[in-house]
Parts: sequence; structure tokens; C-alpha cells
Amino acid sequence: MSLLEIENLSIRYGDTAVVDGLDFELDHGESVGLVGESGSGKSQTAMAILGLLPRHAHISGSIRFDDTELVGATKETLNRFRAQRIGIVFQDPMQALNPYLRVGRQLREILVQHNLAEGSDVDARVIEMLGRVGLPDAERQFRSYPHQLSGGMRQRVMLASALIAEPDLLIADEPTTALDVTVQAQILELLEDVRDNTTLLLITHDLGIVAGYCERMLVLEKGRLVDSGATTSLFASPGHAHTRLLLAAAPRIDRADIPTPATGATILGIESAEVSYAERGRERLQAVHDVSLSLRDGETVAVVGESGSGKSSFVRALLGLVPMQSGRVVYAGAPLQGPVDRRSKAQRRDLQLVFQDPVTALNPQLRVHSIIDESLLVHEPQLSGGTRLERVIEALEQVGLDAGYLRRYPHELSGGQAQRVAIARALILEPKVLICDEAVAALDGSVREQVLALLRRVQAETGLAIIFISHDLAVVRAISHRVLVMYLGRLIELADNATLFARPRHPYTRALIDAVPVPDPVVAPNTAPLQGEVPSLLNPPSGCVFHPRCDHAIDVCANKLPVARTINGSRVACHRADELELGR
Amino acid sequence: MFRYTLLRVLGAIPTLLLVIVLAFLMVHAAPGGPFDDERALPAEVEANIRDAYHLDEPLPKQLVRYLSGLLQGDLGPSYRYRGRSVSELIGGAFPLSLQLGALAMALAIIVGVSAGTVAALRQDSYLDRIVMAFTMTGISIPVFVFAPVLVLLFAVKLQWLPAGWSSTSGASRFLLPVITLALPQIAYIARLTRASMIDVLGRDFIRTARAQGLGTMTVVRLHALRPAMLPVLSYMGPAIAAILTGSVVVEEIFGIPGLGQAFVRGALNRDYTLVLGIVVFYATLIVFLNLLVDILYGVLDPRVRYR
Amino acid sequence: MSFFRNRAISVSGGIILATAVVALFGPWISPNDYISTDFDRLLLAPTTTGGHFFGTDDLGRDLFVRTMLGIRVTLLVAIVASFVSLIIGVTYGAVAGFVGGRVDAAMMRFVDTLYALPFIFFVILLMVAFERNFLLIFIAIGAVNWLDMARIVRGQTLSLKEREFVAAARLTGVSTGRIIFRHIAPNLIGIVVVYLTLTIPQAILVESLLSFLGLGVQEPRTSLGALVNAGVNLMEGASWTLLIPAGLLAMLLMSFNFLGDGLRDYFDARHSS
Repeated sequence: MSLLEIENLSIRYGDTAVVDGLDFELDHGESVGLVGESGSGKSQTAMAILGLLPRHAHISGSIRFDDTELVGATKETLNRFRAQRIGIVFQDPMQALNPYLRVGRQLREILVQHNLAEGSDVDARVIEMLGRVGLPDAERQFRSYPHQLSGGMRQRVMLASALIAEPDLLIADEPTTALDVTVQAQILELLEDVRDNTTLLLITHDLGIVAGYCERMLVLEKGRLVDSGATTSLFASPGHAHTRLLLAAAPRIDRADIPTPATGATILGIESAEVSYAERGRERLQAVHDVSLSLRDGETVAVVGESGSGKSSFVRALLGLVPMQSGRVVYAGAPLQGPVDRRSKAQRRDLQLVFQDPVTALNPQLRVHSIIDESLLVHEPQLSGGTRLERVIEALEQVGLDAGYLRRYPHELSGGQAQRVAIARALILEPKVLICDEAVAALDGSVREQVLALLRRVQAETGLAIIFISHDLAVVRAISHRVLVMYLGRLIELADNATLFARPRHPYTRALIDAVPVPDPVVAPNTAPLQGEVPSLLNPPSGCVFHPRCDHAIDVCANKLPVARTINGSRVACHRADELELGR
Repeated sequence: MFRYTLLRVLGAIPTLLLVIVLAFLMVHAAPGGPFDDERALPAEVEANIRDAYHLDEPLPKQLVRYLSGLLQGDLGPSYRYRGRSVSELIGGAFPLSLQLGALAMALAIIVGVSAGTVAALRQDSYLDRIVMAFTMTGISIPVFVFAPVLVLLFAVKLQWLPAGWSSTSGASRFLLPVITLALPQIAYIARLTRASMIDVLGRDFIRTARAQGLGTMTVVRLHALRPAMLPVLSYMGPAIAAILTGSVVVEEIFGIPGLGQAFVRGALNRDYTLVLGIVVFYATLIVFLNLLVDILYGVLDPRVRYR
Repeated sequence: MSFFRNRAISVSGGIILATAVVALFGPWISPNDYISTDFDRLLLAPTTTGGHFFGTDDLGRDLFVRTMLGIRVTLLVAIVASFVSLIIGVTYGAVAGFVGGRVDAAMMRFVDTLYALPFIFFVILLMVAFERNFLLIFIAIGAVNWLDMARIVRGQTLSLKEREFVAAARLTGVSTGRIIFRHIAPNLIGIVVVYLTLTIPQAILVESLLSFLGLGVQEPRTSLGALVNAGVNLMEGASWTLLIPAGLLAMLLMSFNFLGDGLRDYFDARHSS
């Protein structure tokens, strides 16, 4: 008999059904992936199993756990199942943990509530669990507050809280989405190690994770189960069109089809940029340290890094939004003034930026038409209203939206539509350089593909140069000519797309690439991920900032800062760059 | 924690100083002296009086004199009640106001927080709507409307409680004034608690707590109450100020010889030192209480304490 | 949810408007005025004789007209005073938020200082010291109420300043003036309007309190607060002299509070769909 049986489950809010007629089963000990795009009903299903849906949700159908019906069950019944039979890990540990209570306090309450331990035993078990999830110095973490821990550590705490009562089923709802790539790899491995025979329902939009960690997978589209089966079979021959769509849209870091190196003239150069921030009463925070980059016409350079890498600061300094303490920017042969307000109109026009979150990047009080029109008003005030309208409509069409969108407000647009409006606002000025700061991070697979295709097309047609900031290496592989890797504000490696992925020269680059899950069940997941986490900018390690986490570190790495040098066309900042063989 | 407290204490001092100087200037900027409305005094006598009260000195000098007096606890002599010092008068009237105010505040917090929490837990139920209706009237009807109506009802018509302060001497005479004073604050605090609790109950970590199988009372007690109380705690500053304001009205209506009544009398009598003294006294009290509130906030919210 | 379909807005807005209209035109249809005394008809209960719909007071003056006058004065004082505090508060808050840094910190310290005080004491002081000047009432009330507005506007401005669409505008080269008027200001309107409807009841309360203490509008002019004051003294025999103005006062205050709530819901919905 199965552990969990879901039969004809439907969840409605008013007239809308977010889950419609769901049927599936989970067996003891297996790991199952629940995939789908945002809005497909994955989280809703998880909430339903635990009885955590809001009051105004209408649930029908059956959820049987170990022969007990959970739909419509009393609170007492549900509480008996929660934590003890079913545990859950949520996406964002900063929000999911109580910031006002110490970590130990939150965990011990679970044991106390369910009468699983008493007296001094309680604390001992909590500390033991914290150790099992890999927290260094578990006793100290017991007394810490969540905000004192890093992202990865918080998620480990969440995992501890989910498993401490030894449940039969563990639900993980996007457990790694809010984490850095290298930390994600650690958490996924930890999940695999620590769950033992507990059934795992892993909810994710990332097919790479499913391929590496789930034996079976269930595919949801708009609340309906459209495909299910063994992961290997489904990947090899998907049953439903939507599954095919998802697989096609999943970017692969090992893909062969990548852009060939660009050959245009250099249009933009940044030399030895230094960016630091001063906070009241504290020392200056060095966000970017001695980073140089050049950009050619028609070229896409990706800037890659995890949190604290300084990629956003670097680009904002380049644009003049934040001051650069030293270094210079050269555009079209002429030096560019620091602050954006001091640059010429022409210079400002030529460098445009697209932000990560399209909805906050658009003024909620203005209609789409006004938003795009404003750019023209500033730079070409001599145009008549009619001509401007024509140009705005052209810009919309360029991004694949028709004139019907002109009168809409930002809150009436979907994420993909809003991002395209933001791009249209930038492109209407016919810039020479477009900077995309995590521009596709908030978008679903298929929509993301469309936006990337749009960028490629515009680049091919107009010779637009693009700086593409991203934490997603698979996407970077797909669209960039060259890649710049940053860590804690330093330049780590700068190389051609092909070279970087095939033969990285820096251990960090190697670890970063290895950490990305590949959407192919044949490719084994990384069982020895990079340890540790990105150190705080307030207290950077001495010498090479990566050395505490580096497998190849030697004495000099802790003492001397490596200078970037060129080796076979790649720039690397590593003392051992010429000796290490990191290709696979 | 220590550093946080120290900063707050240091920050309070210039605040207080500013208030005292401001009040001082206002009192002395008012046209008309304290003796204007009495029968005309012979010039000699008037000169003597002015000398005794140092009224002829330049303003800055008077200010310094006043401030140094303050440091020694001397608030000056009353203009109106010759022979009695302001400190004396305040000392006589304050304890009563303190009792009223403290009781009202306690009542407001206990009833307000409970009502607000219950309303939040039973959101949109009949109970919730009743609480909302009551609190809406509570914040919409001024104290000076409530008070006479309550007196009319309970003292005159029903004769359950005494109408005036001096008519009896038992504890029952506290009842109406305290309730009247507390009512608007009960309403405010209840609404604030309800809104804050609803907000906290919607947060992710509450969902986590419920997912861990914790019962409702445990979730509220352990996880929700603390953060939900933060806005209420922040409101304590203005709440104290509101109770002080309200006490002026309540003391007038019920004829209670407290500090509020003394202030109004003093203002109408142009007893400027008394008035200034009361303002300084209250300001000090409030600044001090706000300091306590700030520190308490630091205790409740660890993110403020540990950067 | 459209503006007029929001029940809180339409009902409370309607009540306020209706009250204002009746207060404006009521006295014209009444045969009485607010000032003539009639010693034959002292303390009359509400009746139709002589058009004394609300009865008369202890000097025989018609209470209907006086109440209408009182409403006019109360509303006028409240609205004007609220606008005074609106202008002071919004300017102060917007400047603090926009300039930021040390200037902002200093400005907000000042606000925090004033916030903690029972300003009413200063107001009373002012009123007593400078005689009971009608104009001074506006200033006094405005001076008490601008703090909340300043805080809210400053908070909102600060967060708006950091919003990406403002950064995008700067990048494009939009002038600072245009940024303020086109990007920041329209996003402030919502919250300012909401707070305005909540400031008005506060102003009404302050004015009523002053009148109650005898420091507000002076005879023979009257406001709802003054009428309540008079009613308190007469309530044992003539309860209508208290209940009618008190009831109207409460109704107005509640309507403004509901209106504020409704507006807040309306603006919230628009931003998060």
C-alpha cells in the first residue's frame, strides 16, 4: 500500500481552479519530483497535503496518508501528522524561520509539542540534529538568531526542523531556489544523505534537479497532471506536449550550440574598477576590486557570480549610478564621466539597463505608452506626438507585443510582458550597449527562451553589445560569447564561452560549473560539491579570497593576492593557473 | 544591547533640552504679564515684584537661571499661589493623575490587546465585526462626549456610581474616570493589535509553525505574539501622550484635583511658572517613558540588537 | 474595485457630503437665525413650532441653525487645518526623504522629538497666551497634525527613491524635476489622500477639545465642540442639547475614518493585482 494517495484533488478559489483533478501516489522510500511552471499548482498541492491552505480555498477530492483521509480532517488529526509523519522545507528560509526566536528554541518546540523528548534530552536531540545537517559548531548555532546565519545555514536549519520528528514523507518546496548555486549543490546532496528512507516529494521548476535527484517525476500544467513516470523514461521520450516544452526550454550547461566569438570593434572598456560603499559607523565595504573588461560591437559578455560577487555593483558603477573610487570607463574611444548626471545625453542614450524584476522597474502610475514614450521625450523632444506614437508602437512590435498593450498599467501585465516592455523602453533609444541585470531570472522557462531569442535577434540585426549579468550558468552558456566570473568583488576568470566551460583555469570556475544540475538523468549529479559559503564582504579572507574553500590551495594562496594574468587568451587570477588541469 | 541603550539615553538628552527651551520661550513670548489682570499696582510694588521674579533680566539670562534651577530640582515659585513653589504644587497634584493614568493605561493594554487578538484569530466572524464596530465608535467619539454621557447614564439615571469626585471617598469613584480615560485607547490598541496580528499571522514563519504541528495557542504564544506586539509597543509613546491629554478633560469633567486640572487653571490664570513647570515635568516624564519603550523594543526585536 | 463601488468610500463620502450640504443650505430654509434669543422659548425640546427642529438652548436660541453653523465651523476648521498640516507635512517629509543622508536624519530626529510630546499642552498654551484668535486655531491644529504626514511621506519617498523605475529614469536622462513630478509625486498621492482623511478627524477632535475647554471658537459663533460643551452643562434636564451635537460629531468622525479605510483599500488594490 502506498504512503500517500491523492485522488481527484481539486483546489478552487472562487471560480478559478488552481489544481484540477489531480491523481497520483507516493510509495515508501521513493523520491519524486513535482515539476511545472509558476502557477501550475505545485505549491498548492503541497499546502493541501499539510492542510495549510487559506480558509477561502475550496478543496475537493481525497488525500489519503497511510490510510487516513486528510481532506476535511480536524485540526487535531492534522497536527498529529504534521512534523511526525509529514515534514516540509520551504523555499525562503529567511522568511520561513521566525526572526524573533533563537534557532534552538524553534526546533525544541517541535519535540515538546509532540511529546517526543523530555527535559535535557530535548536540547541534546536538537543539537544532534543541527550537527547532522552539517552546521559547524551546532551548540553555538542553537543559540543563534536566524539573521545571524548565512542562507545555506538557514536552509539546513529548516531541513533539521522538518526531519527532527522523523517523518515518513518529506516535502521540499523549491528548497534551493533562493540559494547560491554552490550552496544549492550542497543542500541537494545533504538532502539525499540525510533523508535515509524517508519518501521525498521534491517540488521544483528546475529539471536539472529532478534529473539528478528524483526517481520518478510528475508534470503539472495549469493545475492538471499531464505526465508522470520514471525520470529516465520521461526525459528520453516525454509523453505530453507540455513536458516536451519544458524539456526544450531547460537550458543545458553542456550544450554544444553556443555563440562563436565576436569580431567587432571594441566599443566599451572598463579598466581597474574599484567600487566601495561606506556605511554609517563602519569601515568601507569593498564591493569591486580591480576588475577590467572590454566589450565589442555585437558581443555578449556575461558577468557571473554568486551573492557578494559584486556583479551588480560593477555594472552600476559602469553606468554611473554609483560612484567608482578609481578606474576608468572608456566608451567609443572617449572617457566616460563618473556620475551619470554628468554624462552627455548621447552617452546616456547609448548605454541602457534592464532590471531583474520587471514589475518594480516600471512606474505603477504610468501606462505602457507613457513609460516607453518618456525615453523619446528626453532624447528627441523635437519629434511630434504622432511620430513618437509610431516609434513606440514599433518598439513594442520589436519585442513582440501589439499596440493593444499601450494603454495597460504595469500591474495588468504578466512577468514576461512587463520585462518586454522594459526592454522596449531601453531599445527604443537604439542603444549601442544593453546591460541586463538578471533580466530573465524572474521568468519561467518558455518565456525566458522568448526573451533570450529576442535579445539574440536584436543583436544580430543591429550589432547591439550586451553585458549579461546572471547567476545561471546554463543560460550564460547559451547566449554569451565571453564570460567574466567574479567572486567577492574580484575578477576570477575571463574567457571565451567554449574555453571557459571546457577548460576552466580557476578552481572556483570549475566548482561553479560542476554545481549546476544538468537536465539529463544520464548525467550523475555532483556528489562532492564545493564546501563552505561565500564569506562576508566585511571580513574577506587574506590573500586569494577563494583560498579557504579551494581544494588546490597552497601556502602562497593565503598570503598573496593573485594578480590577473593572461594564459592562452583567458585572464585568470590564480597562483596555480598554469599548473592546474581542470578540464573534464 | 548596552550600546543600543546608551545611544538611546544620550539621544534623549538633547530632545529634552530642546523641549524645555521651546516651552520656556513660548511662555515668555506670550504678551501680557502675569499681573496684568489684577488691579493696578503701585509702580513701586510692581518693580519689587519684577525684581523678585527676575523679570527684568534679558531672556537668555532668565533661561540659564531657570535651567540651573531645574538641575537642582527647583521649578521656581508659582506666580499665582504666592508662597508656594511649583514643585510643591506639582507634587500635590501628580500622584492622583498618576493613579488615574496608570490604571487607564493598564486597562487599555489588557482589554485592547485581548480584544484585538481574539478579533484577529476569528477574522471576519461576528465577534470580529462586533469588536470592529465598538472600536470604531471608541476612536470616533471624543472623551468629552463619552464622559458626560457615561455620567448621565451611570451616575444620574442608574445611580450605580458616584457622579463627582468629592461626593465620596471610596475606590468606586475611580471607576468612571478611569474607564472614560481608557476607552479611546482601548479602541486604538485593539485595532492596532488586530491589524498587526493579522499581518503577523499571514507571514511565512507562522505557516512553518503550523506545518510543524503546533497548536493554535502555541503558535500565537510562541511565534505570533512577540512580533505582533511591536507596533503596539511603538504606539505606547503616543498613547501616553494621549492619556495625558485625556486626563485634562477627565479631570475637568469629574472635578478631580490632578495635574491636568492644575494646568488648565494655571493657563487661564496666567500662572506661567506653574504652566511651564507642568510642561517641563510632563515632557521629562514622556521622554523617559519613551526611552523605556525604545529599550523594550530592543529586547523584543533581536535584529535591532545584534546587527 | 472601482472607486465608487467601494462601499466604504461611497457611503461615508456620501454622508459627509450630505452633511455639508445640509449645513450649508439648512439655515436658509429655517425661519430662525443663530443669534436671536427668545426668552419665551427657553430649553424647548425638538419640535416643529417656530421651526425649532432641534429645540432651543438656555438662551432661547434656535439649536437647528446653531448646529448647522457649528457643523460648518467644525468642518471648515478641520479641512483648512488639515490642509495646513498637509502642506507642511508633505513638504517636510518629501524633502527629508528625497535629500536623504544626514539632512534626513536630522529632520526626522526633530519630528521624533515633537512626536513624543503631548502637543496639546503647547496648543493650549498658545491659545491662552495669544488670546482666542480664530486664525490661531488653524495654525495650532495644523501644528499638531503635520507630524504623521511628514513621517509617512518621508518613508514613502525614501522607498520610492530606491525603486528601480526611478533609477531607470535617471539613466535615461530624465531631469530631476520631471522625476519628482512624474515618478515620485503620483506615487505619493495615494498615501497622502488616505492620511488626509485620517488627519481630518484628528483636527476635528483637537478643535472640539479646545472649544470644550473654552479656548476655541468664541461666542456667539459656535462649533460642534462648543455645542457639546454647552450641552454638558444642560444635559440633566435637556439631554437633546448634548445628544444632537454629540451624535453629529461622532457621525462625522466615523465617516471620515471609514472613508480613510476605504481609500486605503482602494489604493492597495491598485498596486498589487
